[in-house]
Amino acid sequence: MIELLQYEFFRNALWAALLTSISCGIIGSYIVARRMVFIGGGITHASFGGIGIAYFAGINPLLGAAVFAVLSALGINYFTNKGNIRQDSSIAIWWSLGMAIGIIFIALSPGYAPNLMSFLFGSILTVSGIDLLFMSTIALITGMVFLLFFRTIMIVSFDSDFAQARNLPVKLFDYLLIVLSALAIVASIRVSGVILVLSLLTLPQATANIFTKKFSSIIIASVLIGFAGIVTGLMTAYYTNLPSGATIILVLTVFFGIGKLVSLLRWVRN
Amino acid sequence: MNKLIEIKNLTVKYGTYVALQDANLTISQSDFIGVIGPNGGGKTTLLKAILGLIEPTSGEIIFADKLKEKGSDIGYLPQVNKFDHRFPITVKEVILSGLARKNRWAKPYMRKDNASLDRIVEELGIQNLVSKAIGELSGGQMQRVFLGRALISDPRLLILDEPDTYVDNQFEHELYEMLIELNKRMAIMLVSHDVGTITTYVKGIACVNTTLNYHPSNIISPEQLKAYNCPIQIITHGEVPHTVLGTHNHLHKH
Repeated sequence: MIELLQYEFFRNALWAALLTSISCGIIGSYIVARRMVFIGGGITHASFGGIGIAYFAGINPLLGAAVFAVLSALGINYFTNKGNIRQDSSIAIWWSLGMAIGIIFIALSPGYAPNLMSFLFGSILTVSGIDLLFMSTIALITGMVFLLFFRTIMIVSFDSDFAQARNLPVKLFDYLLIVLSALAIVASIRVSGVILVLSLLTLPQATANIFTKKFSSIIIASVLIGFAGIVTGLMTAYYTNLPSGATIILVLTVFFGIGKLVSLLRWVRN
Repeated sequence: MNKLIEIKNLTVKYGTYVALQDANLTISQSDFIGVIGPNGGGKTTLLKAILGLIEPTSGEIIFADKLKEKGSDIGYLPQVNKFDHRFPITVKEVILSGLARKNRWAKPYMRKDNASLDRIVEELGIQNLVSKAIGELSGGQMQRVFLGRALISDPRLLILDEPDTYVDNQFEHELYEMLIELNKRMAIMLVSHDVGTITTYVKGIACVNTTLNYHPSNIISPEQLKAYNCPIQIITHGEVPHTVLGTHNHLHKH
């Protein structure tokens, strides 16, 4: 492992692991607590439309993904609040529309699209300096927002009617957090890809939730579990020459299984 | 009598559907008002308008001086089935959120609030539950916790939306005894299905069925209910309880 650190691509991968586990640990806990995982799925897949257009136009795909993710997040929130369309239908529309736009623009681009698989399934070993800059900005903002406003976020998420009756800025936090979620998801596409990113937002949280029911503890534990899982997956993928994104997800699933086993053993002993 | 809230010609529409029409009601300091009426008759809409959760289509709600900042002096206990019972939040966090202050986003409640927390959990007899997650509680325990959240700010008006669902008779009895005690220092507005029980405790009855009729006593006859356009089942209290079924002559206003 020490000799691997000589390589820039590997150091970048480790930084990406840390930054992704911070933003996904925090945002995932929020999304899971509010039962918004399906919204997360919609945003993730919608962002693929942005990747396709950016690829066609020759700009940074993550930039396109960010624009599409934020637009779809706001779109889902807006249409749900308006009540014109049922939320799950709205999510499904953004979900498939984004994928369709992405596929069409990649097909329109001249030549073969070698990066396509890395956007769909992740490729942590090809994270660039610019990607890291983007990821650290998102991780920093997410971390700051949750450190500063943790209690308000928790109250607003748990019971929005009560929070509004007490004059807390419910709408503002709803929109702020859905935009942050969209950006955190995009920042993790490099690590696990559009299709697999959902598990980075849910597996560490599910594992943490086995041992604690406290929101703040779930967030901290998810960051740690996520980091351990991504690094273990990265090393395993490196030495076995398996796809990194998929390996990371498998390792996180094994962690969850171990967590369940430990709690079962505890329960049996008591 | 010290007026807390005056509702004047309140009308609330959802699109073209009229939920409340020209409702008038005055809530004073020592009131204990039972709100009854059929499902979908506008009971929850009335509460939400008072809490500032929905904007009136027309009419107004006038608050006494300190109640002006909507909700800040009003304790609110929503229907318990409205929550996600698996949300990762502890009893302590739920109760303290009842102190959440406007414009204090970074610290909606503070360390010094722990004194209020200790006082309220002792009063409600839930000291041993403080660090539990709400998902680990029984229905009665959960109602106590949400009552704690509503009461920790020492409100001047307490609004309860069907607090008697999902609880056992023992807790229901304790709850009403507690409310009578609380009514000595705050006004209470209570929505309930269980008309027979609440009429034993309340001082006035608001019949809500799109229109609002206030009956300034806890004795109400089926004839009066019918006149108030309030077709609900009542169980009259007395030596031998018997059920009187109101006729269902709904006034459809779609």
